[in-house]
Amino acid sequence: MKIVIQTDGLTKQFGNFTAVDNISFKVQKGEIFGFLGANGAGKTTAMRMLCGLSLPTSGKGMVAGYDIEQEPEKVKRSIGYMSQKFSLYEDLKVWENIRLFAGIYGMKSKDIALKTDALLKQLGFESERDSYVKSLPLGWKQKLAFSVAIFHEPKIVFLDEPTGGVDPATRRQFWELIYEAADRGITVFVTTHYMDEAEYCDRVSIMVDGRIDALDTPKSLKNQFNANNMDEVFHQLARKAQRSDN
Amino acid sequence: MNLYQQFIRGSQFWAFVKKEFRHIMRDNRTVLILLGMPIVEIILFGFAITTEVNNSKLAILDPSNDKATLHIVREMEASKYFNVVKIIHSTSEIATVFNRGEVDMVIIFGNDFNEKLNHTGGAQIQLVADATNPNVAVTLNNYASSIILQYQMELMMQQKVPYQIKPEIKLLYNPSMKSSFNFVPGVMGMILMLICAMMTSISIVREKETGTMEVLLVSPMKPLNIIIAKAVPYLVLSFVNLVTILLLSVFVLHVPVAGSIFSLTLVSIIFILVSLCLGLLISTISDTQVAAMLISGMALMMPVMLLSGMMFPVENMPKPLQVISHLIPAKWYIMAVKKIMIEGLPLKYALKEIGVLCLMAVVLIGISLKKFKIRLE
Amino acid sequence: MYAIQVEGLSKNYHSAKSGKYAGLGKPSASPDQVDGVTFDVHQGEIFGIIGPDGAGKTTLFRILTTLLVPDSGTAKVDGYDVVTELKDIRQRVGYMPGKFSLYQDMTVEENLNFFATVFNTTVEENYELVKDIYQQIEPFKTRRAGKLSGGMKQKLALSCALIHKPSVLFLDEPTTGVDPVSRKEFWGMLRKLKEQGITILVSTPYMDEAFLCDRIALIQDGIFLQIDSPQGIIDQFAQTLWAVRSNNMSKLLRDLRAHPAVDTCFAFGDVHHVTLSNDSYTIAELHDYLAQLGHSTIEVHVIKAGIEDCYMQLARRVDPHSNNH
Repeated sequence: MKIVIQTDGLTKQFGNFTAVDNISFKVQKGEIFGFLGANGAGKTTAMRMLCGLSLPTSGKGMVAGYDIEQEPEKVKRSIGYMSQKFSLYEDLKVWENIRLFAGIYGMKSKDIALKTDALLKQLGFESERDSYVKSLPLGWKQKLAFSVAIFHEPKIVFLDEPTGGVDPATRRQFWELIYEAADRGITVFVTTHYMDEAEYCDRVSIMVDGRIDALDTPKSLKNQFNANNMDEVFHQLARKAQRSDN
Repeated sequence: MNLYQQFIRGSQFWAFVKKEFRHIMRDNRTVLILLGMPIVEIILFGFAITTEVNNSKLAILDPSNDKATLHIVREMEASKYFNVVKIIHSTSEIATVFNRGEVDMVIIFGNDFNEKLNHTGGAQIQLVADATNPNVAVTLNNYASSIILQYQMELMMQQKVPYQIKPEIKLLYNPSMKSSFNFVPGVMGMILMLICAMMTSISIVREKETGTMEVLLVSPMKPLNIIIAKAVPYLVLSFVNLVTILLLSVFVLHVPVAGSIFSLTLVSIIFILVSLCLGLLISTISDTQVAAMLISGMALMMPVMLLSGMMFPVENMPKPLQVISHLIPAKWYIMAVKKIMIEGLPLKYALKEIGVLCLMAVVLIGISLKKFKIRLE
Repeated sequence: MYAIQVEGLSKNYHSAKSGKYAGLGKPSASPDQVDGVTFDVHQGEIFGIIGPDGAGKTTLFRILTTLLVPDSGTAKVDGYDVVTELKDIRQRVGYMPGKFSLYQDMTVEENLNFFATVFNTTVEENYELVKDIYQQIEPFKTRRAGKLSGGMKQKLALSCALIHKPSVLFLDEPTTGVDPVSRKEFWGMLRKLKEQGITILVSTPYMDEAFLCDRIALIQDGIFLQIDSPQGIIDQFAQTLWAVRSNNMSKLLRDLRAHPAVDTCFAFGDVHHVTLSNDSYTIAELHDYLAQLGHSTIEVHVIKAGIEDCYMQLARRVDPHSNNH
């Protein structure tokens, strides 16, 4: 299997504070990788480094075959990103958002037009093509935002708490989109506060105080910690945390 | 029990005021802006952005060479605006000295200047200035005219002859044509407006943004008290700034307070009240601090700078702009301050301005109270 | 005695942001008839309002805390009307809005003192009530609120909302964005407050928190889907629910959906939850169907529904298209 993310002793320090402490892991192509941790455990900092937005203090990281320190621009071109806080421009229409983000990633106009039609059809959004994003229900927005994030067929898509505040049915449909993307070979790197969502992941890592304290399939983690579900696993690990910070 | 309750209410109010001061004092940037801004503006307007022209080079063509012309030339030389660098002897030289850039202005006296001045009244004097920079040329002309006019007045006083002198107010109260006389009232109007309106609206809107306003509204504290308590610190700060500006203007710019301090304070209080109400109004229509800042900037600062007469004379503006300028509180405040502080006139001469400001205050307080909600919508 | 009584409450407004009607209650067929929400909360109860963002939770909280006036219906808090007796209510409720973030530039101690004064009391007077919670952050009392961690901020905010010993506490999404460990801790604190007789109305988008409430209301698009104890809601789940697993989970999802007898099928962690439109269908039959399609290590068994299953079923019943966006 091809490895698309590989870190080796990745560390980020802010003054005396070690936000990310020597983390090493690998993620394979097409894998759904859950990146869990309590608030302030260092998830966001680690994710920023992997997206080429922040330089590591020490250690190495390769994303989509590029070094995150030497070639951050190439890293950015090979990934997609979506978060709960920012996803789409509310005051642009649905097709305008797609056009914009596809353009940013250098897709050709003709390809964009063709793919836009296919995407709207697949999502059942044909009638919303000319709607402003702000008029869509939250769940639709999140689904559209995800589709836009993978529109340019990135090698990896980073999702930062993508399903916060969404109703249960939409949350599941959202995960179905994630499955489809993974089936197409797109690697999915996702953080979440919903512990049931951790079960959807192929493998899960749990960060505590800047370190990765556990990394395995949900099944083995449950066995290892003698737990019924991921919630219990998470609690056993996160309870040991010395720090909690935002 | 009643007394106790009153005491509690009182301490509630002061606790709120204390909290507001904490917000201000803990944000170094705000403190710097609030207290540093008047100083910077006074110094900027007083020194850097000055319309004064000093030590300009002057040439004299004086065929009369009598008592009067010599006196005027001496006065010119004595002023800080002019240095007489050349004496020329014929009109043909004028073009040459200008072309060589040797002088900025040439003063040409007519023949038999003193004679004509004292008897026929038709003494001739011509001012020729290099108008490549029109502003400088106009300023130089004004300086020179003012010096000549002054000489004429002296003559008048000696001879007790009523002449056809046309006194210009500006020159009367600002004989040295110092631009600071014009800018100090302007800066006062601008700073007070900025602090009261902009800062008050921002601080109220900030509480909306952080959700603390919801909690305060749900508390037993009277909503009106919340607003008054929020305004108190800015009222205090405005006074600090008022004092700073006055001290700076008296001791650094040498612009004295010619009228009564009491009148000046009274006018300022009314203006501060108007500004606070404007801030309150802005806070009711904006939901974010950025919006509050933009609205205060666009709706208050720009008109104050451009239409209040602080920088550009209102009289020269097209009619519609003049009408709009009447609606700007700062314009009336600046006019009142000019009268009281610069011209030293008693309060009754500024009654019109004060009346307009009072009317504005009443209307704005009325609207604010009406618009102010004890709920969220 | 009821701490909160709500009848036919609605508040609809045209949202400038989305260009659509939002809020609480739903306009029905005739324009002047509105389906509002109706419920009661007993004294000393923890009552949860559970539903996604935009369902109308915050509007309900703002009406009950006198910040908004309803379009129709009545609401009483502690026996006082939210429209006419606003002052009485403001004396006796505690409120933590969703975006509440304290005064970031004031210390922990200053924040608490300030809110105590605003509510006409002192920290000393009601220290007993907040002691358990406040003691955990007391070591940091000289630290500015902006420098506290998420969990500590939450504790301080709760202390501030409690400092005047309110009889009813309104907590609007206190755990949103908070990690599971801090969330559990927070609910522990609420249980202790309940023991002291405080009524708590709390909203949350997290369905798993339902079981920490005495009773819950499931809310969607401004209307209540159901009101009951969490157990009561689960007991009323009408259909048989199966958990299905195989070696290829995403193919399994497609195959199950394609089956004519399958009513709904959703991914639930490491299994898919399936309801059937036809209850006579058996486990063995489904097993065979999947085996034919090439699935291996197939597991099918009947399970008890969770709150999420119930929510999805109820939401579908109200708006059959809601799952097909």
